[in-house]
Amino acid sequence: MSFDPVFTFGAIGAAALIGLGLSQALDSGSPESPRPLGASELVVLATGSFDHPQPGEFLRESHPVAAPVVRETIDTPLEIMKYQVSVSDYGRCVADGVCKLADSRKIGNVPVTGVSHMDAEAYATWLSARTGETWRLPTDVEWAYAAGERFRGDIESDESDPNNPALRWLAQYRTETALGRKPDPEPRGQGGFGINSKGVADVAGNIWEWTSTCYVHATMASDGVGVASSIDNCGVHAVEGFHRTYMSNFIRDGKSGGCAVGTPPDNLGFRLVRDRPSLVRATLRRLGFS
Amino acid sequence: MLTRREALLGSVLTAAAVATIGAMPVVANAKEVAGLPREKVTLAAPPFVHAHDQVAKSGPKVVEFTMTIEEKPMVIDADGTQLNAMTYNGSIPGPLMVVHEGDYLELTLINPDTNTLAHNIDFHAATGALGGGGLTLVNPGEQVTLRFKATRSGTFVYHCAPGGAMIPWHVVSGMSGAVMVLPRDGLKDDKGKPISYDHIYYVGENDFYIPRDEQGKFKKYDSAGDNYDDTVKVMRGLIPTHVVFNGKAGSLTGANAMKAKVGETVLIVHSQANRDTRPHLIGGHGDYVWEQGKFANPPAKDLETWFIRGGSAGSALYTFLQPGIYAYVNHNLIEAVELGATAHFTVEGTWDDDLMTQVEAPKAIAS
Repeated sequence: MSFDPVFTFGAIGAAALIGLGLSQALDSGSPESPRPLGASELVVLATGSFDHPQPGEFLRESHPVAAPVVRETIDTPLEIMKYQVSVSDYGRCVADGVCKLADSRKIGNVPVTGVSHMDAEAYATWLSARTGETWRLPTDVEWAYAAGERFRGDIESDESDPNNPALRWLAQYRTETALGRKPDPEPRGQGGFGINSKGVADVAGNIWEWTSTCYVHATMASDGVGVASSIDNCGVHAVEGFHRTYMSNFIRDGKSGGCAVGTPPDNLGFRLVRDRPSLVRATLRRLGFS
Repeated sequence: MLTRREALLGSVLTAAAVATIGAMPVVANAKEVAGLPREKVTLAAPPFVHAHDQVAKSGPKVVEFTMTIEEKPMVIDADGTQLNAMTYNGSIPGPLMVVHEGDYLELTLINPDTNTLAHNIDFHAATGALGGGGLTLVNPGEQVTLRFKATRSGTFVYHCAPGGAMIPWHVVSGMSGAVMVLPRDGLKDDKGKPISYDHIYYVGENDFYIPRDEQGKFKKYDSAGDNYDDTVKVMRGLIPTHVVFNGKAGSLTGANAMKAKVGETVLIVHSQANRDTRPHLIGGHGDYVWEQGKFANPPAKDLETWFIRGGSAGSALYTFLQPGIYAYVNHNLIEAVELGATAHFTVEGTWDDDLMTQVEAPKAIAS
């Protein structure tokens, strides 16, 4: 897997840029506010292409196979939060009566955890309304692009014997066991898991992040590359971190589910991407017509 | 708040009273026993079991075991929740001891002076003196040796029972294990035909009651005595915070999953010293199940789930027929998934299409 060169906005520059717009819009009445609302630093990733194992489960000739790897392209610069949404940022949405109280026990500049897909969507909608910008969860592809060298994908196996489905189950179990990841439930302060090659912080630490990508059952075409048909289940979304897995939208604690064989996420949190306004819209806003 | 010292004194007084009532001659035929062959067994930590013959190769003997009691903090889940554990031989559950019917089980129980509490052992397999509890109370710095005759075959719980309020607290702090008394001629099916196993696993199930702080977080205590008051309050609610196999949620999964091959027969001994449970092997069965654990009764056949009464140990014999991952759970699924009572078997071998096949993979509903 290769990544094209990227450029990262200076963190301070990006923060200042966003902070400016937001403080004008929202925080005029509270100059003592330590940080303007939603002013999480953004990383801007240049366009590029990369090879990416598709999310979901794939069947070929009626038996499960490893996900196909597809060349994906990010064709406009990707603006993504450098850090996961913090407890204090999320708290503002709660204070506004829009978001539900998270299940996390931390305070301050610690990533918010104990949030479901529904909670993350509510936060994105609230932040968009408060800022007049478009904030949303990243897609699986966008997340993987921002994760760079820390992206792992599903824990799966190349074993696929139509005569013995158990070989695949056992191989996956062995792979997962061999990774030897120990549970690490205590969220760390923002930046606690370091910064990846793209300037994005805390990727694949102990918080798995919600994406906007639905869980899918796909049947491969006979060429073994294309997808012949697929069924989406958008009641379940891909979550990304140490590995990629799939969780029901209402789950706040990834630790549940212990009966199944698999590594459960230590915590569930999220970060958002900001859609760049079109030139027309940006101009209108600058002129005061937003 | 009961201090450590009071807890210790309280248990000593209670146990002393018990001993007065219970003290009587242990064996009338000490001479005979003295003439029996002796075997010293090195115990294995669960889920493993020390090497043993399924069919006795000779007459009765005295089988010697030694267990050292260890009080120590142990982590019981993935969140790092800590139990101020009290253990037989350092493990939760304590090791499984195997003898044959008619053998004498002789245990030396050591309570090192690094411990803070008095302990003893009540063998459900034994007769008299409160299962031996009345003759085995040892303070820190003491050791005791007890011998009892294994007169009934089956799987039996043992646990600490140092008197009064100490009893349930010691048990839910980890002090239980099991004894297996095999018939001299081995196990038999419902028709009296001999049956045997290729592997034996001992799964001890524990219910834990960890107090929480104001934020709902599990509390940590410096020593066992410090948690007593808070723990008893949780215990009296009768709702465990953890229900686990082998002392910790997930301890029999991943690299520690139990193993077998298709065609191999496994005996699973399951004990619960305090609370009812209902083992179930997801994707498999109990071919022969001694639900009450006593081998003089014919085993039940083809069970889906079996009931182990709190304070007893049962066993299930199963021959694996299909490869894959099996979950062995307490089939109160809330306890299995939310509270921790899940173990795994990884089973290698050839898939049997006749037993199961996916006729059609998931696809869009045909219109």
